[in-house]
Amino acid sequence: MKEFDPGEAASIISVTDKVRPVAIGMPVTSVHFIGDHAVFVGAEKSVAMVSGQGEVSRVSVHGGGILCAVSDGRRIVMGGDDGRLVALDAKGEITLLATDAKRRWIDNVALHPEGAVAWSAGKTAFVRSGRAEEKSFDVPSTVGGLAFAPKGLRLAVAHYNGVTLWFPNMVATAEVLEWAGSHLGVVFSPDNKFLVTAMHEPALHGWRLADNRHMRMTGYPGRVRSMSWSVGGKALATSGADTIILWPFASKDGPMGKEPAMLAPLQARVSVVACHPKQDILAAGYSDGTILMVRLQDGAEILVRKNGTEPVSALAWNAKGTLLAFAAEDGDAGLLEL
Amino acid sequence: MPELTSSKIPVTVLTGYLGAGKTTLLNRILSENHGKKYAVIVNEFGEIGIDNDLIIGADEEVFEMNNGCVCCTVRGDLVRILDGLMKRKGKFDAIIVETTGLADPAPVAQTFFVDEDVQKNARLDAVVTVADAKWLNDRLKDAPEAKNQIAFADVIVLNKTDLVSKAELAEVEARIRAINPYAKLHRTERCQVALSDVLERGAFDLDRILEIEPEFLDAGDGHDHHDHDHHHGHDHHHDHGHSHDNHGTGGLKHYHDEDMQSLSLRSNKPLDATKFMPWLQNLVASEGQKILRSKGILAFTDDDERYVFQGVHMMLEGDHQRAWKDGEARESRLVFIGRELPEQTIRDGFESCITT
Repeated sequence: MKEFDPGEAASIISVTDKVRPVAIGMPVTSVHFIGDHAVFVGAEKSVAMVSGQGEVSRVSVHGGGILCAVSDGRRIVMGGDDGRLVALDAKGEITLLATDAKRRWIDNVALHPEGAVAWSAGKTAFVRSGRAEEKSFDVPSTVGGLAFAPKGLRLAVAHYNGVTLWFPNMVATAEVLEWAGSHLGVVFSPDNKFLVTAMHEPALHGWRLADNRHMRMTGYPGRVRSMSWSVGGKALATSGADTIILWPFASKDGPMGKEPAMLAPLQARVSVVACHPKQDILAAGYSDGTILMVRLQDGAEILVRKNGTEPVSALAWNAKGTLLAFAAEDGDAGLLEL
Repeated sequence: MPELTSSKIPVTVLTGYLGAGKTTLLNRILSENHGKKYAVIVNEFGEIGIDNDLIIGADEEVFEMNNGCVCCTVRGDLVRILDGLMKRKGKFDAIIVETTGLADPAPVAQTFFVDEDVQKNARLDAVVTVADAKWLNDRLKDAPEAKNQIAFADVIVLNKTDLVSKAELAEVEARIRAINPYAKLHRTERCQVALSDVLERGAFDLDRILEIEPEFLDAGDGHDHHDHDHHHGHDHHHDHGHSHDNHGTGGLKHYHDEDMQSLSLRSNKPLDATKFMPWLQNLVASEGQKILRSKGILAFTDDDERYVFQGVHMMLEGDHQRAWKDGEARESRLVFIGRELPEQTIRDGFESCITT
C-alpha cells in the first residue's frame, strides 16, 4: 500500500495484503469458477485448476492455442486452434464435444443455462442441445461472437454488418439485425430486452429487441473486449477506456439518450471487468496491472492489486460472490476472499 | 512512443497473380533449413504440401471501416487470425500472409495501420509480389489486380525467366518499372531467390526509409534511370555509377503506363511544416483512392531532424527519424505510386509548401 503511486489516490483503501498469490506459470486469457475451483485458462494447451486450498493442478485441454472459453459454473467449454471443442468439469475431467472436420479454428463458444452448447468455425455456427443432433447455420461472414438468449433456445450470431438471431429448433427464418461494421462480441441483457455487440471499431452497438431500435455507444479510445452485466442487468460495465464505462440499462429505453457513468479513472486502460454476482460492485483490471473493486453507486474504490505489471487479462467472481480470482497476461495470478 | 519493433512479429504479404509461383515460394520458405519457424495464413488449404499446425486458412474478408471512407478497408479475417496466433507467441518467428491472385494488397496493409491490437503485436514487413515473366505483360493489360500488385510491391520476384527470351524479359521489366521503379526486383526460375531478399525487409519500418531512389538493376544489365524529375538535379549519392546513356543492348526501354504511375518530388529548399502537413493530409484525403503507396523523407524549416512518413491510400504514418547529419544534404524527397495521379496538382501543391 505504501508503494502505491500516490499520484493516483493517496488514501485508497487497500486489500492487497489479503490476496493469496497463485503462480500459474503460463500466460492466462480468462478465469472461471467451477465448483470450488478457480480455473485459469492458458493461452495455449492447458488450464490450471486451483483448489480452495490453493493447490494448483494443470490439465491439458488442447493441442495448440485456446481461442475461446465460457463457463456455466459447472463446466468450462473451450475451443482451440486444433479444431476441437472440449469441456472440463469440476473433477478435472475432459470431454471432447466436437472436432471440426476440416480442423478449422473453433473461434467462439456459448453455453445455454439449460445445457445447450454453441460454437463456431469460420462462417458456420453449430448448436447441440441435450441429446438432440447437432445443427448448423451459416452466416454471410466469419462469426465474430455467439450468445444464447436467456430464455428459449435462441442464438445470437455476430458477424460483419450485423447479428443474426437463429432459433435452432424452429423452421422460421433467422432474423437479421443490421448495422454496418464488424461485430466481434455479443451479449443479451439478462432480462432478454436488449442485445449489445462489441465492434471492431472502438464502439458498442445495441438493439432493443422489442422494436429493433438502435443504440450507438461510442467514444471509446480502444476496442471493447470485456463486458459484464451488473446484478439484475441494471447496467453494462465495459473495458476499452481509461475509466470503467457503465451503460445504464435499468429503464425500458436502456442507454438511449443517456450518458454512461465513468468510474475509477486511472492513467491506464481498463482491460477486463467483472461485476459481482450479488451486489452492486465490480472488479476492474487495467493495462498497467492494477485491479480495483468499485462500488457502482458512488465509484468508491478498493485496491486489490498494485500497478506495474503486465495487463490484467482475467477476472472472475465465484457464484456466491465470496471469492475473486484474477490473472495478468504473464500468468501472475491471485485469489481474494471477501 | 517508439516501441521496440524487434519485439513485434514481422508479417510478409505474399501476392501475385494466379500461377505466378506464390505457392512455390511459400513451399521453399517452409521447407528450407533456415532455422526459423513461420506461421502462414493461406487463402487455399491443401496447396501447401507441408504439414504444419501453423498453417491457417483464411477467407479474405475485406471489411469497410465505419469512417465514411470507401477505400479504408481492412482484412477482418486477418485481425481475428493474428489475434488467435498471438496466443502461440514464441512458437514462430514470423508470419506470411498469402493472398489470392485476385486480391488487392491494400486492405492487408491497411489492417496494420488501423487495428490497435494488430499494431501492438505485429508489424508489416514488406509486400512481396511474385510475377510471371511470360504472362505478366498480358495480365497488366487485362487484369487490374495484377497491376495493383506490382504497384504495391516492395519486392518483386520476377519468376519463370527461363520461359522467356532476353528481349521479352527486358520488355516485361520495363513494363514493371513503368509502374513501380522503387521495388527491389529479383529474376528467378522456380522462385529461386535468396530468402533474405524476400523476408525481413523492413519495408514499412519508418526507421529504414533511408533512401528513396529508383531501384537499379545489376550493372551488367544496363541501367534504366526512370526518375521522372531530372530537372530537380542529380545530386543524390548512389554509388552504382551513373549510366544514363547506357541504354544499349540489354538496357531497358522506357515505358509509360497508361493508368498506373509513380511520381517523385524533390526539393533542396526546406519545407514549411505548417503548410506541408495540411497539404499532405488533404492530398491523401481527396486523392487517396488513387494513391496506392506514398513515402517521404522531409526537411522542414528550423527543424534539425529528418521527418519520414509513409502511407497506404488515405492512411499516413510519420515521425521524426533522426537528426540531419553534418554535411548531409537537407533534401526532401517524396514518392507517390498510384493510378491516374493528378501530377500537376501534386507538383504545384508541393511547390507551394517550400519555404521561400
